[in-house]
Amino acid sequence: MANMFAFAESRGGSLRKVALEAVSAARQATDATGGGEVHALLIGAPGIGAKAAALGRAGADLVIVVEHAGLARYSPEVFAATAADRLRSGGYRGAFFAASAEGRDLAPRVAVALGVSMASDLTGFAFEGDALVGKHPTHIGKIITTVRLTGSPALLTLRPGAVLVTDADRTARVEQGAPALDPAAARVVVTSVGGTGDAQLDLADAPVVVSGGRGLREAANFKLVEELAAAFGNAAVGATRAVTDDGWRDPSTQIGQTGRIVSPDLYVAVGISGAIQHLAGMRTSKTIVAINKDKDAPIFKLADYGIVGDLFEIVPRLTEEVRKARAGH
Amino acid sequence: MKIAVCIKRVPDMDLRFAIGAGGKALDSAGLKFDIADFDGYAVEAGLRLVEAHGSGEVVVVTVGPAAAQETLRKALGMGADRAIQLSADEVPFDGRAVATALATELKDGGYDLVLFGRMATDSANQTVGPMTAHLMGVPCVTAISKLDIAGGRGTAERQLEGASETVEFPLPAVVTIDEGLGRPRLPSLKGIMAAKKKPLEVKPAQLGAASLTVDSIALPPDRPPGRIIGEGADAVPELIRLLQTEAKVL
Ligand SMILES: Cc1cc2nc3c(=O)[nH]c(=O)nc-3n(C[C@H](O)[C@H](O)[C@H](O)COP(=O)(O)OP(=O)(O)OC[C@H]3O[C@@H](n4cnc5c(N)ncnc54)[C@H](O)[C@@H]3O)c2cc1C
Ligand SMILES: Nc1ncnc2c1ncn2[C@@H]1O[C@H](COP(=O)(O)O)[C@@H](O)[C@H]1O
Repeated sequence: MANMFAFAESRGGSLRKVALEAVSAARQATDATGGGEVHALLIGAPGIGAKAAALGRAGADLVIVVEHAGLARYSPEVFAATAADRLRSGGYRGAFFAASAEGRDLAPRVAVALGVSMASDLTGFAFEGDALVGKHPTHIGKIITTVRLTGSPALLTLRPGAVLVTDADRTARVEQGAPALDPAAARVVVTSVGGTGDAQLDLADAPVVVSGGRGLREAANFKLVEELAAAFGNAAVGATRAVTDDGWRDPSTQIGQTGRIVSPDLYVAVGISGAIQHLAGMRTSKTIVAINKDKDAPIFKLADYGIVGDLFEIVPRLTEEVRKARAGH
Repeated sequence: MKIAVCIKRVPDMDLRFAIGAGGKALDSAGLKFDIADFDGYAVEAGLRLVEAHGSGEVVVVTVGPAAAQETLRKALGMGADRAIQLSADEVPFDGRAVATALATELKDGGYDLVLFGRMATDSANQTVGPMTAHLMGVPCVTAISKLDIAGGRGTAERQLEGASETVEFPLPAVVTIDEGLGRPRLPSLKGIMAAKKKPLEVKPAQLGAASLTVDSIALPPDRPPGRIIGEGADAVPELIRLLQTEAKVL
């Protein structure tokens, strides 16, 4: 029997999908190790406690709610001290964080505060005896490393999308907690969060990603990619570095080694050559479609379905056909 | 301004990898090595900060075998002033073990700023920077794409999923570098010549205990070979059919 800890990431007062994934993974780990409780830590501005119920449904038995007017935004030192405090007192076997921008910042701070090591960016994991064994894509995704972590709690970050969110129909108890460090005393302060808004589907969450490359020739032509994404209805738009470097698209949408890593059900590459650094960000997509006029483009080595030809002719037709297929649902 | 940049020697990722005998490491035959991508950006950031500040020093530090001196020399060739090799025959996979060695060296070095890459391209742990910061007891901001230093304080921007964050912090501090601050310069011929004469100090690495280890490594499962299903817009109906019936994503 072992209790597990999960950090429930939120932004702007809303839970992020990776919060539900961390809780679901902790639930699976608890059930696989003979039962126990899942405790989720939810930190935010007053009112964030309203999100506890959703964490219960994903498998949490207890939600520790830490509300503070100074914690509307991520505060690395306060979050880390608060998580470490809880982990120190709780006798947890494992502690789950997301391998998101926030989770990857937070988890190592918590680990050293506790004096333990941690495993990063796992796509799969199991507790075996006194160890946690996990799969970790390394070498820009060209190698899968099986890592072994000993020590307790076993701290880990989980790659977004690595676990399915469970619907456990559970009602979590709620406990009010307090920040372990006065937010006003933090040295590192997030002073603003700007962004592309919540309406857009995040790249990490979208079942379909449609990405464009330099083959689109100019920024305005990206509307072809946006229209195709809109036709799918559940798609986010990505880009290559060639395109984000030239300022056609926001840097946060860059897919690849130095950008975002995505693993959607369907990845559509439009006018993308398939440089190794780009492949590093999308090669684990379930199905890959490529449209490129050069039949020797490296992307075709990876694509399940490739069409050779002019994207300006193919993409509008594809958009139309996808729209029709979707309407038939 | 005194800046340390922590850099790692990693295999060149463009090459085809094979698994070595023993199954725990890459087959070393044919491997080439270079400074890890983000670490190159970190060196560049350090050089630019000192240039903008008008005075100071950039010290590059690595934990690794003698061969890693080549990586240090490359950074010296880019313009770093001196180098420290914390000697270890093997670099542990455990970020905390590496961070312990770096923090021991850097803690009392009087650095205003210690720069790291966001992550090493081989281990991809993304933990050494923030762990070193914590062990040094200084503030840390990770994965930044913009940085301004003025009046003993830093302002940085980091990319989140679909958003960005502005972060403020006091110096001394640890900052880990995503790209965006400027492409690493190539060492000039003059730089390479000068690098040979720059100081490179070798000390044993005071590694921490490792509790994260590698059981085995493997190549990812092969994707089925790519398939071209047709040419031009006429291939679209066939694509739709395959997406519906075979891939079942539409
Ligand atoms: C350290 C490092 C890190 C990097 N990180 C990343 C990263 O994270 N992500 C990333 O994407 N890149 C990254 N890169 C850059 C990468 O190497 C490539 O330069 C980049 O991915 C190329 O982008 P692209 O495919 O849009 O452009 P190109 O390589 O120029 O390809 C354009 C393609 O469009 C096709 N095309 C042209 N016109 C048409 C048409 N009318 N119809 C159909 N097809 C057409 C062409 O045949 C060509 O294949 C990195 C590079 C380095 C050195
Ligand atoms: N052996 C090493 N020597 C010096 N710096 C390192 C070493 N390993 C990692 N680093 C630094 O820590 C960063 C993150 O590495 P990692 O946590 O392994 O992804 C790297 O980009 C380097 O800046």
